[in-house]
Amino acid sequence: MDLILTPHVKTPNGFTLDFYLKQGGYEALRKALAMTPEAVVDLVKASGLRGRGGAGFPTGMKWQFVDKKSPKPKYICCNADESEPGTFKDHVLMERNPHLVFEGCLIGCHAIGAKVAYIYIRGEFYHVQEVLEAELAKARAAGLIGKNIFGTGFDCEIFVHRGAGAYEAGEETALIESLEGKRAQPRLKPPFPAVAGLYGCPTAVNNVETLCNVPPIITHGPEWFAALGPEKNGGPKLYCLSGHVKNPGVYEAPMHVTMRELIYDARYGGGIRGGHALKAVIPGGSSVPILLPDQLDIPASFDGVASAGSMLGSAGIIVMDETTCMVWAAENLLYFYKHESCGKCTPCREGGAWLHNLLGRIERGEGQMKDIDLLESVANNILGKTLCAFGDAAATPVLTTVKLFREEYEAHVREGRCTLPAEWRGASRAMAAH
Amino acid sequence: MSFHPLMDYGRAHHKSSRAMADEGPAFAYTPEHLATLEDICSRYPPEQRKSAILAALYLAQRQQGYVTRNAMKAVAEAIRCTTAEVEDVVSFYTMFYQRPVGRHVLQVCRTLSCALNGAERVTDELQKVLGIAPGETTADGQFSLFEVECLGACDRAPVVGVNDHWHECQRPEDAKALVEGLRTKGAAVLTGCHLHKETV
Repeated sequence: MDLILTPHVKTPNGFTLDFYLKQGGYEALRKALAMTPEAVVDLVKASGLRGRGGAGFPTGMKWQFVDKKSPKPKYICCNADESEPGTFKDHVLMERNPHLVFEGCLIGCHAIGAKVAYIYIRGEFYHVQEVLEAELAKARAAGLIGKNIFGTGFDCEIFVHRGAGAYEAGEETALIESLEGKRAQPRLKPPFPAVAGLYGCPTAVNNVETLCNVPPIITHGPEWFAALGPEKNGGPKLYCLSGHVKNPGVYEAPMHVTMRELIYDARYGGGIRGGHALKAVIPGGSSVPILLPDQLDIPASFDGVASAGSMLGSAGIIVMDETTCMVWAAENLLYFYKHESCGKCTPCREGGAWLHNLLGRIERGEGQMKDIDLLESVANNILGKTLCAFGDAAATPVLTTVKLFREEYEAHVREGRCTLPAEWRGASRAMAAH
Repeated sequence: MSFHPLMDYGRAHHKSSRAMADEGPAFAYTPEHLATLEDICSRYPPEQRKSAILAALYLAQRQQGYVTRNAMKAVAEAIRCTTAEVEDVVSFYTMFYQRPVGRHVLQVCRTLSCALNGAERVTDELQKVLGIAPGETTADGQFSLFEVECLGACDRAPVVGVNDHWHECQRPEDAKALVEGLRTKGAAVLTGCHLHKETV
């Protein structure tokens, strides 16, 4: 398949406005502005585009839900907070194809009747923000952003808003809170952002990659887009490969591609590093259940990964080989969730810390058999009991590792140490200590 | 926006006795930073100046190296909100320092993909070379060391953030070279983001 989102990411100056215009850039915007907003929404709906941020919700529906009759202004918030461990695809798009992001934002604004889009970028992406600001200025000077775009009377501005270090800001209502200058904590839903979002106005929050799919849909049509992938999983997808894989990186593929191909095919991950055997794969960012090596012959699509009992999520594929202690991996992730919990809901704020304590105890060889059941109990008391999906995300690494690698937990308790061969424990200070 | 949207809650108007105590040297934005802040405020609706609070804090931190309570008061005045609202935000986000930090702030990513590639050992080696634990600053004020959560560059693990720059594929055995390089040549020794190289 020809690359659609990332054809020129390795081309020198492929990120510039001049280059983008030579490739037919902003023609999709011109085409969209000649259509009614309703027609644009219908087109995106017909394409079946699903949100690339993690939930996979249909984008056309999200736009349709925006309350167009409201007298208040409408907003697009482009979610560029990209903080899910193992995910680094939006980074590539913003850094190497920023005008595709802008074009997607502008078409989105036209579709929902917004005059402003905010790109909420995580604070750590300062070098990306510099690229975005510089290219925005060029697009503004060229009349592609601002007043009366293409002489159609369409006014639209795009601003970059820098976050300051908070995983939770990637949740759509927490992102809105942060944009309003508050702590990034989620809101109770409903009302959904489509009714009362930024400043209480109707708002659509869309992931960077989602918005990047919109211009190609306008250009080539919804049937073309849908036909690129399996049914209900159309279009191109970016996959992020990291961990013990030979060629880590971002790869674009249609969602027909299987998890095994992504990890082993020479065009993608190229197999496991150092001749080791594969042990476990986290297919969609650290918040989703683990897949075992015999579960990889599934399409890496939203529905394909769901059929194997996990989630495609943000398509951050973390590959772990046989040298990885799963108790250590769970402890590592729970430190993340403990640290990043926004503190709003008690089960997540308190439970995350308790899970981390228990995991640390087991990993240090000080655990008891009943601690393993306690882990499951605490995790199940977080699952589904918080305002946002963060609670589920924190519980999942524990539940999935206990379910699939219970004997490894039991061995830690029984032996009082990690039972992996000593030469494999070099990556970790805790494992090496024994 | 504050308690009442039509009230100006700048320092002069704030009648609450819950005042923020002075801390740190006196702080006032430079005229350039004030102008930058006004430009950023203009990106939001006029009654939503509070949206610029993170930007105001970044400018204060750029000017002084860290955010003191006196700086928070200046932020409150510029944003026209209460000092409590500024404190609320400062204490939530990880990228604002409330104590002085070193000239080079080393932030080693410790989350899974980097950890699988030896990030813990990178931190250990940097601790040995610098003689400080994570969260501390060297006595000469040159280096601070932090462990941070996923930086979003998992394909170039382990990643170390140095101030606003990135350093990719850091090996434990190269910790000494990194520190010496920063000492003598500054940010020039950093690899930067591999995607970013062609852009500069």
